[in-house]
Amino acid sequence: MKLSFSPEDERFREEVAQWLNDNLTGEFEKVRFRGGPGDEHMFQEERHAWEKKLAEGGWTCIGWPTEFGGRASSIEQQVIFNEEYARAGGPGRVGHIGEGLAGPTIIAFGSQEQKEKYLPGIVNGTELWCQGYSEPGAGSDLANVKTKARFDEEKGKWVINGQKVWTSLAHESDFCFVIARTDPDSVAHKGLGFFLVKMDQPGVEVRPIEQITGTSEFNEVFFDDAECDANDIVGEPGDGWKVAMGLLGFERGVSTLGQQMQFQNELNEVVRIAKENGAAQDPVIRQRIAQSHAELKIMRYNSMRMLSGQSGSDGSLQKEALIYKLFWATWHRSLGELAMDVMGPESQILDPGQYELNRLQSMYLFTRSDTIYGGTNQIQRNIIAERGLGMPKEPKITAKT
Amino acid sequence: MEFAFTDEQKMIQDTAESFLAEVSTSEAIRKAMASEEGYDTELWQTVCTDLYWQAIHIPEQYGGMGLGYVELVAMLEQMGRFLFCSPFYSTVCLATNALLVAGTDEQKEKYLPRICEGMTATLAFTGEQAGKRGGDWSADSVQATVAKDGDSFVLNGTLRYVPDGLTSDLLIIAARTEGSIGKDGISLFTVPADHTGITRNLLPTMDQTRKQGEVILENVTLPSAALMGEEGKGWKPLAKVIDLATIALAAEQMGGAQQIMDITVEYTKERVQFNRTIASFQSIKHKAADMMTRVEVARSAVYYAACVAQEALAAELGVDSDNGFSTELSEAASVAKSYCSDTYFANAGDGLQMHGGVGFTWEYDVHLYFKRAKASEHFLGNGAYHRERIAQIILD
Repeated sequence: MKLSFSPEDERFREEVAQWLNDNLTGEFEKVRFRGGPGDEHMFQEERHAWEKKLAEGGWTCIGWPTEFGGRASSIEQQVIFNEEYARAGGPGRVGHIGEGLAGPTIIAFGSQEQKEKYLPGIVNGTELWCQGYSEPGAGSDLANVKTKARFDEEKGKWVINGQKVWTSLAHESDFCFVIARTDPDSVAHKGLGFFLVKMDQPGVEVRPIEQITGTSEFNEVFFDDAECDANDIVGEPGDGWKVAMGLLGFERGVSTLGQQMQFQNELNEVVRIAKENGAAQDPVIRQRIAQSHAELKIMRYNSMRMLSGQSGSDGSLQKEALIYKLFWATWHRSLGELAMDVMGPESQILDPGQYELNRLQSMYLFTRSDTIYGGTNQIQRNIIAERGLGMPKEPKITAKT
Repeated sequence: MEFAFTDEQKMIQDTAESFLAEVSTSEAIRKAMASEEGYDTELWQTVCTDLYWQAIHIPEQYGGMGLGYVELVAMLEQMGRFLFCSPFYSTVCLATNALLVAGTDEQKEKYLPRICEGMTATLAFTGEQAGKRGGDWSADSVQATVAKDGDSFVLNGTLRYVPDGLTSDLLIIAARTEGSIGKDGISLFTVPADHTGITRNLLPTMDQTRKQGEVILENVTLPSAALMGEEGKGWKPLAKVIDLATIALAAEQMGGAQQIMDITVEYTKERVQFNRTIASFQSIKHKAADMMTRVEVARSAVYYAACVAQEALAAELGVDSDNGFSTELSEAASVAKSYCSDTYFANAGDGLQMHGGVGFTWEYDVHLYFKRAKASEHFLGNGAYHRERIAQIILD
């Protein structure tokens, strides 16, 4: 058991840090530390330009196999890349849904034609993707999909109708992967299809959602006879759930240390303010800051455990991975509360302008979503109890049709 | 990345698990609790002779196994799980660490081989100050006094909260020069427990799985050979020993938190109310999920701290395996102890609640964990004490 990376990996770290240091300059100086969660609506054009710059340097999709344009980097090196990227203040990646979700799904389940058609645009940073999973009636109950896809023999195309929600980056994305019901008589996770849908067409409408922060990073996407080529379904009609779930398995935690680096930046800011305004002398605040610090430290080693462990051949998560979402989300939410309590009444005063939140104010509000998206804390607890501890599922209530 | 047990470390853990599951049964624990020593002396002899656990991290030159802190922690986790009543913690985690960190070559050569042979030992450093302000384990808690008389040292005072203080063969005692305060003037001594002038009393404890003693020193006169290291400069090594022992305790706590969760989850799968096992209710499942989350986070904390301890101890022994983490020892100890203390107690409390009425009985083992959790929490500093130590590192 060791705490450190290998010397070879440390050399890779230097290479990454050097490249970022050389390139996050000039026109990109202003996007440093911008565009992360809670700030995704900012500098989108500049960040897209940065995505292409990254691609030129060969720093997109580094974990992908070389035949698809990646570097086949080890898990360790992917972790290091993410960590250094965050340390350098690399902006929120506009290409992350393509790189992290759409691409790996196409690599694993897509046809040769789909691979040739879609992967290069992700690798070179030109084409952006968004994710069409959640619906107004399908939040925690993700399989309750109402969006329908029917094959129109005349057009030779799939025709999609329905609504998706909480779709980030939808208005600037070129494509969306959509789960829709191919069998109108099916329920739950049966009878679904996984579609690659072009956004720029008359049948797709994007409406921004104004959030608690006053900003709009998420959208609603309406499909009104939207069309999808016959060849742009991944797998067969009915395979949609399998493909969608496979996609969740691609997250091996390589981004966790990068995310924690951002957390550390936020905590450092809280500590700085606490020292400045005297909150650091309050015994209760001291306890809370120390706890936050300790738990972030442990979070790092929990990730190291996740990354060191053998991945279950059945794709099952190890225990330290099962608890990770619940732990970090709850931690981050508490940090938001701590930030407000350290700032005291000043935390309630905004900069002049149109609801101008500063970084910690924005973080405080945005972290309320951390414990909701990607599986709420309640859903996480069900998953932990059922998969981690073998406790029984809730008795099912079958809806009468 | 290699932040996982090696095959050898896994084997040590598995061996400890299967042995302890067999010998440290509920019945055995209760028998040990009722005895004056607090443990089964015959069983301890078996452990020492057949398994050689007490020698685990003693260097081979003194007859030990020469393994590291990660291996030690793997074993402690299992001892915590099975509430193993033994002088292992006092002998290995307190006294042996003290000898390794602070002992002179002569003292190491004299005592470490004896520990390998089964001699018991403990560390006695705290006076009644440790019980003040909700628990004060800083240098201020060293209150016994030492005066020079020619070449000899004369010790006086009362030491409290000494694990296995009544039964240990050897005592490592901290005392301060009269009039000194804080970190100054502290010296460490090796003292045979049967030395003239020493009176030892049992302090009856709520948790009966680990005995605590009081050691009264009345003009205990020691030769200069009993002094460990430099006179008056004992705090630095002692602080290191306390940090190492704190990490060891955190490992036990994590094991205990795991076991009370396992026991509780098993119980909820059997207990039927309203025609369903209570494990099928979300109110129970969510509590259990929180228990598992805490245990896994605690485990990550302990493994991290164990690796740091490993490097710190290696540096102390002049073995070069330092990757720059040894300076984090006291932070790592506080990170692990604060999280594990709160985790163990929270899990024990939730476990008792989820057992319902039977959790309140003497018959079920829940109370053993509930009591041990609180006792461990308050030994060597509770969560709040260790968070304040962290606060001093990052805020002052």
